[in-house]
Amino acid sequence: MSSGDGASKKSKKPRYSRFTQQELPACKPILTPALVMASFISLGITFIPIGVSHLSASEQVVEIREQYDEICVPSNYTNPTTAHQERIRFIQDSRTDKTCTRTLTAPHKMKPPIFVYYQLDDFYQNHRRYVKSRSDKQYRKPRSETEYGDCDPESTFNNMPIVPCGLIAWSLFNDTYRISVNDIAIPINKKDIAWKSDKTHKFGSDVFPKNFQNSDLVGGAKLNESIPLSEQEDLLVWMRTAALPTFRKLYGRIETEIEARDRITVVIQNNYNTYSFRGKKNLVLSTTTWIGGKNPFLGQMYIIVGGLCLFLAIAFIIVYLIKPRPLGDPSYLSWNKNPPAH
Amino acid sequence: MDTSSNIEIIENSYQVPDYTRNSSSQRSISSFQSTQSKTSIREVNFSSELESKPVRHGSTGGADSEGFSASYKEINDDDARLIYINDPEKTNEKFEFAGNSIRTGKYSFLTFLPKNLFEQFHRVAYIYFLVIAILNQLPQLAVFGRGASILPLAFVLLVTAIKDAYEDYRRHRSDKIENNRLAWVLVNEQFQQKKWKDICVGEVIKVFGNETLPCDMVLLSTSDSTGVAYVQTTNLDGESNLKTRYAKQETQMKSPVEGKISGLIKCEKPNRNIYGFQANMDVDGKRISLGPSNIILRGCELKNTDWTLGVAVYAGRETKAMLNNSGAPSKRSRLETRMNREIFFLSIFLVTLCVVVCICHGIWLRRHEDELDLMQFYRKRDYSGPEVENYEYYGWGLEIFFIFLMSVIVFQIMIPISLYISMELVRVGQAYFMIRDNRMFDESSNSRFQCRALNINEDLGQIKYVFSDKTGTLTENKMEFKCASIGGLDFSSGTGNEQVEYSVEVDGMILRPKMKVKVDTELLDLSKSKHSDEGKNVHDFFVALAACNTIVPLTVETDDTSVKLIEYQGESPDEQALVYSAAAYGFMLIERSSGHIVIDIQGERQRFNVLGLHEFDSDRKRMSVILGCPDNKTVKVFVKGADTTMFSIINKSLNLDMVKATESHLHSYSSKGLRTLVIGMRELSTSEFEKWQSSYESASTALMGRAALLRKVANKIENHVTLLGASGIEDKLQQGVPEAIESLRSAGIKVWVLTGDKQETAISIGYSSKLLTSTMTQIVINNNSKNSCRKSLEDGLVMCKKLKIESGATGGGHGDGVSRLALIIDGTSLVYVLDTELEEQLFELASKCSVVLCCRVAPLQKAGIVALIKNRTEDMTLAIGDGANDVSMIQMADVGIGISGQEGRQAVMASDFAMGQFRFLVPLLLVHGHWNYQRMSYMILYNFYRNAVFVLVLFWYVLFTCFTLTTAITDWSSVLYSVIYTSVPTIIVGVLDKDLSRTTLLKYPQLYGSGQRQESYNGKLFWVTIIDTLWQSLAAFFVPLLAYWGSSVDGSSIGDLWTIAVVIMVNVHLAMDVMTWYWITHAAIWGSIIATFICVMVIDALSFLPGYWAFFHIANTELFWLCLLGITVGALVPRLVVKYLVQCYRPSDIQIQREAEKFGNLRVAEIEMNPIIDSPRTT
Repeated sequence: MSSGDGASKKSKKPRYSRFTQQELPACKPILTPALVMASFISLGITFIPIGVSHLSASEQVVEIREQYDEICVPSNYTNPTTAHQERIRFIQDSRTDKTCTRTLTAPHKMKPPIFVYYQLDDFYQNHRRYVKSRSDKQYRKPRSETEYGDCDPESTFNNMPIVPCGLIAWSLFNDTYRISVNDIAIPINKKDIAWKSDKTHKFGSDVFPKNFQNSDLVGGAKLNESIPLSEQEDLLVWMRTAALPTFRKLYGRIETEIEARDRITVVIQNNYNTYSFRGKKNLVLSTTTWIGGKNPFLGQMYIIVGGLCLFLAIAFIIVYLIKPRPLGDPSYLSWNKNPPAH
Repeated sequence: MDTSSNIEIIENSYQVPDYTRNSSSQRSISSFQSTQSKTSIREVNFSSELESKPVRHGSTGGADSEGFSASYKEINDDDARLIYINDPEKTNEKFEFAGNSIRTGKYSFLTFLPKNLFEQFHRVAYIYFLVIAILNQLPQLAVFGRGASILPLAFVLLVTAIKDAYEDYRRHRSDKIENNRLAWVLVNEQFQQKKWKDICVGEVIKVFGNETLPCDMVLLSTSDSTGVAYVQTTNLDGESNLKTRYAKQETQMKSPVEGKISGLIKCEKPNRNIYGFQANMDVDGKRISLGPSNIILRGCELKNTDWTLGVAVYAGRETKAMLNNSGAPSKRSRLETRMNREIFFLSIFLVTLCVVVCICHGIWLRRHEDELDLMQFYRKRDYSGPEVENYEYYGWGLEIFFIFLMSVIVFQIMIPISLYISMELVRVGQAYFMIRDNRMFDESSNSRFQCRALNINEDLGQIKYVFSDKTGTLTENKMEFKCASIGGLDFSSGTGNEQVEYSVEVDGMILRPKMKVKVDTELLDLSKSKHSDEGKNVHDFFVALAACNTIVPLTVETDDTSVKLIEYQGESPDEQALVYSAAAYGFMLIERSSGHIVIDIQGERQRFNVLGLHEFDSDRKRMSVILGCPDNKTVKVFVKGADTTMFSIINKSLNLDMVKATESHLHSYSSKGLRTLVIGMRELSTSEFEKWQSSYESASTALMGRAALLRKVANKIENHVTLLGASGIEDKLQQGVPEAIESLRSAGIKVWVLTGDKQETAISIGYSSKLLTSTMTQIVINNNSKNSCRKSLEDGLVMCKKLKIESGATGGGHGDGVSRLALIIDGTSLVYVLDTELEEQLFELASKCSVVLCCRVAPLQKAGIVALIKNRTEDMTLAIGDGANDVSMIQMADVGIGISGQEGRQAVMASDFAMGQFRFLVPLLLVHGHWNYQRMSYMILYNFYRNAVFVLVLFWYVLFTCFTLTTAITDWSSVLYSVIYTSVPTIIVGVLDKDLSRTTLLKYPQLYGSGQRQESYNGKLFWVTIIDTLWQSLAAFFVPLLAYWGSSVDGSSIGDLWTIAVVIMVNVHLAMDVMTWYWITHAAIWGSIIATFICVMVIDALSFLPGYWAFFHIANTELFWLCLLGITVGALVPRLVVKYLVQCYRPSDIQIQREAEKFGNLRVAEIEMNPIIDSPRTT
C-alpha cells in the first residue's frame, strides 16, 4: 500500500557531495612504532648539535660583571640596623661626591664591539604601576604635551606639563661610567644604542623635555632640554621597560679591543638610588655572538631534550623488540579478550 | 484511531490528561525561557507541544473521555469570555479582545535594541563577559585597555543582533502577508471582504472550501445539511487526515444574512490546548454546550465542505495556533552536565590562582611598606599637588582586594566561556551533517533527518537503553488486510497474490480505490455468490467493514478524466485498511454524510441510513453503527472491536463451533503478529430500535453527562450480537528493523519494546524483529494483583540467578546466560508494579534481561518505565516513537526521537530528533552519535587545556612582577587568543574529525561501547589533561624566561615570544590529536598559526602601543626561533610519549580499528568476530 504522490512532490533528498557525507579525502596518520622511533631519533639528531653549537657560542662570550652598589658607598655604614637608612641618605644627598673607581681584569681577549651594560637586580620595571605610567602620545607630538595618559603622579609640575611624563621617564638611570684600559681612556660610543624604530616613530624629533625632574623628589637623570626626545638615547633605552626584575640595559659600546689580562679601570658616578628598595647595580662588559649574551640555558636544554629523545627512541625499540603488538590485531579488541562462552 | 477497536487505540485512551498537561505547562515555561537565540535552526512550527489528545472525536462531539465533569462544568464568569454573536461592538465593549493581526516578529524598531540585548544576556556566558568587562572599566582595576576588553563581547553581540534582526525582518514580512489576507465577514447583514487583521472577536465569518481559517471560530452552520465540516490540521499538528467538526443543529438552520443570528457564547479564556475547548452558547433562550468538535482553529484548512459559517472567538495572538507557537523543549546533554562539574574545578583553580596572587602581593606590600614612598617603580606618594598625598594607594586591605579582582579579570578565560559558544557552533555543524546524511533520508516519506534539539547531539553516542514503540516505529503502520475469519472459515490471502483492482462506473466515470489490495481468490469468489449461507455471512462481514467506521471517502481527479480515484480519509490506518479491502472485494464505500452512506456492492449502489453511531471509547474498546438497510425495513447494528470486549457481548448460544473456530483463528493471527478485530452484527426488531432511538436521542441531547449516557446506550445495544468474523491486519515491519536491532544489541544497547498491542502480537513482532530469539528464556509476567506480581518478580529473579550459575558452570563468566533472558510484562501488571515498592525488583530483574517487552501499556506507563531506568542508573536512555501515545516517553527519556510517519506529528513535535525510519537509529547512534561524542568530548578537554595553559603562562609571569598582574602579552593578544588565534581549529576539528570510518563503525557495533563507558571524557582524563597543561605552561613560560634571564630583553618582545609560543604549542598539540586530516583541517591549524603571526605583527606595527616594533626586533634573533622550537618540542614530548605508550600497550578498541582500517587487517578481524546469533524464526 504505497501512496503514489511521493514521486510528484519535490524530493528533499540531500544532494550528494563528499563533503556532506563526510567522505572527503583525508590523511589518517597513526602513531606507529616506526614513525615514533624515527621522529624521536631525528629530534635527537637535530637537537644535540643545535645545543652544542649554542653552548659553545655561549662559552665564547666574554663577560665581565661588577656589582658596585655596596662598594660604592662609604664603607663605614656597618651597623646593620641603620646602614640601610644611611645609604639612602648618602645617595639622596646631592652634595656628596659619589665617584667610585673600580678595577677589573679581562679574563680573555675581548673583541669589539664590546657592549657596556648596566644591570639592575630587583628593579621591577614590569610593576603594573610603573609600566603603565607613560604617555606614548605625548612623546610623539609636541602638541599632545597635555595628553598625560596614565602618567600620574608625574604628569604635571605646578600645573605645567612634564615632558616626558610618567614614572618611567622620571626614574631614568643616571649612573655614568668612564672606562680606561691600562690607564688609557677609552671612549664609550653611546650612539645608536636605542632601537631605530623608537627614534624614528615613537619619540618625536620635535618634542623637547620640559619641566622634567623639577620637583623635590628627583627620580633619576635630568635631560638636556635642547635635545629632542628622539635623540635622548639613554631615555629611549630606559623606556623599553624590561620584562624581568633582573635586567640589563645597554649603556654604550667600546670599539677597541681588550686583550686578556688587561686592567680595566672604571670610574663610576654612583647616582642612582637602588638602596631605597635594596636593589643591586652591576656594570657589565660583554662581547656578543649569534646567541647574544652569555646564557648557557638554551644550549643545555637542547642537549637534554635531544638526549632524552634518543634515549626514548632506544627504549621504545627495546620495549618493542621484547613485547611487540601487531598493529590492528583484533585479538586485542575488548570484546575478543573475554570471548563469551556459547 | 477513533472507532476501530485495534489495540493501539487503547494506548491513547489511557491518557491521563492532568499529568501531561502539568508537564506541558511546566515545559512550556522552561522552553520559553531557554529558547534564546537558537532560532537559526529551530523550525518555526505550530508545535502542539506535547498536549496529548485525550481521544479523537468522531461524530457526536461530546468530550466523552474527559467525561461530563469537564465538558459540562459551568464556566466561571471570571474565567470566561463573553462573545455576542455577530455583535463585535458589544463583544468588545467591556474588554477589548485581541484583534486578529498577528505579530510573530519579536521586535519593532524602537524595542529592538533593549529587547534583543536583554534576550542575549540571558546566557550566563555573556553575563560573565559583561561583569568582567564592567569590572575592567573601573579605573582602579583597568587591566586591559577599554576597547580590548569590550570588543569581543560587542562583536558577538553585534553578530547575534544582526542575525536576529534579519530573522525578525523575515517574520515581519510574513506577518504582513498573513495579516493582509482576505476573508468574508458579515457586516450589516452582508458578507464583505475584510483583511484578516481587521477581523474582531464576535464577527461572523464565512469560509469556503480549501481556504485557511483566519481565526479560531465556533461553527454556526455549514454547507452540509447536518452541519458537518471537514478540516485538515496539517499546519497545527501535522496530521494530514481530515477531521470532522460540527455545527450545532440549533444554529445550523439559521441564515445569518437575514439578521436572525444572534446569541451569546461564553467560553474559556484563551489557552494552548488545541484538543480542548469548553463553552456554552445561549441561542433562542436555549443553552447549548460546545466542545472541541464545534470549534475550528486558525491555520486549519477547510476541506470537502463548500462553506462554513462561524463566529470568531479567539483572534490573533490568542488563537490556539499562535499560543502553541513556541520552540522545541531544551535538554542538556550528559556531557555538558559532566563538563559543568569540571568547570567547577576550574573555577576553584581560578580562585586559587587569584588568592595566591593577592596573598603574595599582600606580603610583598607588607615587606616593602617603608620603601614604597621612594621606590621608583611604585612611588606611593604624589608630590605634584600642593599637598603630598598617596597616589592610587588605598591601604593594604583594599589593595589586596583590588589585586584579587584584577587577577579575576586577567585570568578570566580560565573558565572557558568561549567553549559554550564553540560548542553551539560545533553542534550546528554536527546537526548539518546529520541532516545532510543521505543514509538517513527516507525516500518513502520524503523526509530528512531533523535535529530539533540542538544541545544533545553528543548524547547520541552514549545511549544504553532504547525504548521503542512498536506500531509505526518498528512497523510501518501501513496496515494491510491479511486474513479474515468469516463464519468460522479462515481466509488467508496467502493464496492469491495478484492485486485486484476493483472499479465501478458511476455516471460515466470510473471510480477506483486509490490503493490496491491483495485479495484471496477463494474469498473473492465467495463474496460474489450472494445466496449461499457463507455468501451471506461474507456479505454482512464486508458491509460491516465498509460501514462500521468513520472513514470519509474523497474523490481525487487523475490525469485520465474518466477515471477518479477514491481516497479513504480517516484517523485510523486500521480502518483505512479495512475499507480498502472491503472495496477490493466489491464493497466500495462511495459516499458518507452524517445521515447516510452509499456503498457500491458488486456494482450495485446501495444507500444505508446511518441511524446512529457509537464511537469508540476506551472502556468499551469497540464501536458500533446502526444502519437502516436499503430495503428500508431492517435495522442492523454492526459492532467492531477488540476481541477481549467483543467475545463478552457475543451471543455464543447461536453457533458455538464458529465462535471456537474464530477464537482459534484469532489466536493464530495474533501470534503471526497481526492486529485483530472482531466483527459482529445484530438485527434490531422495531421495538428494540425504537427503544434505542428514544434513549439515543435523549442521551445525545442531554445537557449533563452526555458522554456517560451515550456509553450506557451503546452498552445496551451492543449485546447479543452474532459473530460475523474477525479480521487480521498486518502491520509490516519496517525495512531493516531486525538488522538494526541486531546492530544495536551488539553495540551493547538494550532494546525495550513498549507497545499497546496484545502480548501475543508483541511476542511475535519480537521474534520477527529478532528482538527475541529462540534461545532466549522468556519470563512472562501478566498478573492481576500486586501479590501475584511480587511472586512473579521473585520467581524471575530466582530464574536469573539459576541461569547465571548455569552459564557460570559452563565457563562463560561474561554474564552471557543472563543476556539470553527476555522479560515480557503487560500493562496490567505494571499498574501494580510502577510507583510501588515492587519497582525496585522490576528494575533488578529488567536490568538482568537483555530484552524487555512491555505490552498493553498506557502512554503514562511508557514514561514510567523510562523513568524506572533513568532514575536508577547513570545510563543514557533513548525513546523512539511515532504517535501521540509516545510523547510522554519521548520527553521522559534523555534523548527522544520521533518517527515522522503515519500517526501525525505529535511525537515529532515533542522529540529532540526526528527521522523517517527506525533503522536510521543505527547510523544515527553508531556513526553520528559516536562521532559527535568523540568530537565533543575531545573538544571540551582541549578547550580546558587551551585556556588553562594561557592563563598559567600569564600567572607564572605575574609571579615575577611583584604580583601586580602585568601581562607581557599584549591586551589585544590576550583578547584575540580565544577569538582568532586558537578558536577556528577546535571548531573545525569538533565538526569534522573522524576517528573511524562509517563502514568500520557499522561493521563493529561494539565500538559504540567507548561512548557508553565514557572513555573519551571522564574525570581521569580531565586530571591528566590538567597535569599536561601544567607541564606545557611551565615549558612555554620558563624556557624564554631562563633563556633571556638577565638579558636586555624588553617586556613586549618576550611577550610576543610567549604569545607565539603558546599559540604554536596549542595548535601543534591539536594537530597531534587530529585523526583525520582534511585540507580544511590543515588550513585551520596552520592558518591559525600564520594568522597569529600576522596579528602580532600588526599589533606591533601600531606606534601608539608601547610594544611598537618589538616583534620585528626579537624575530630578528636566532634565539627567538630556537626558543619556539625548544618550547614546542619540550612541551609536547611528554604527551607524545604517554600517548604512544598508551596506544601501543593499552590500545583502545578504537585505536585497534584505526590501525586495522589503515593497514587492512580487516579480513582477520572478521573471522574473530562473534557470530551473530540468528533466529530462523519469521512470521
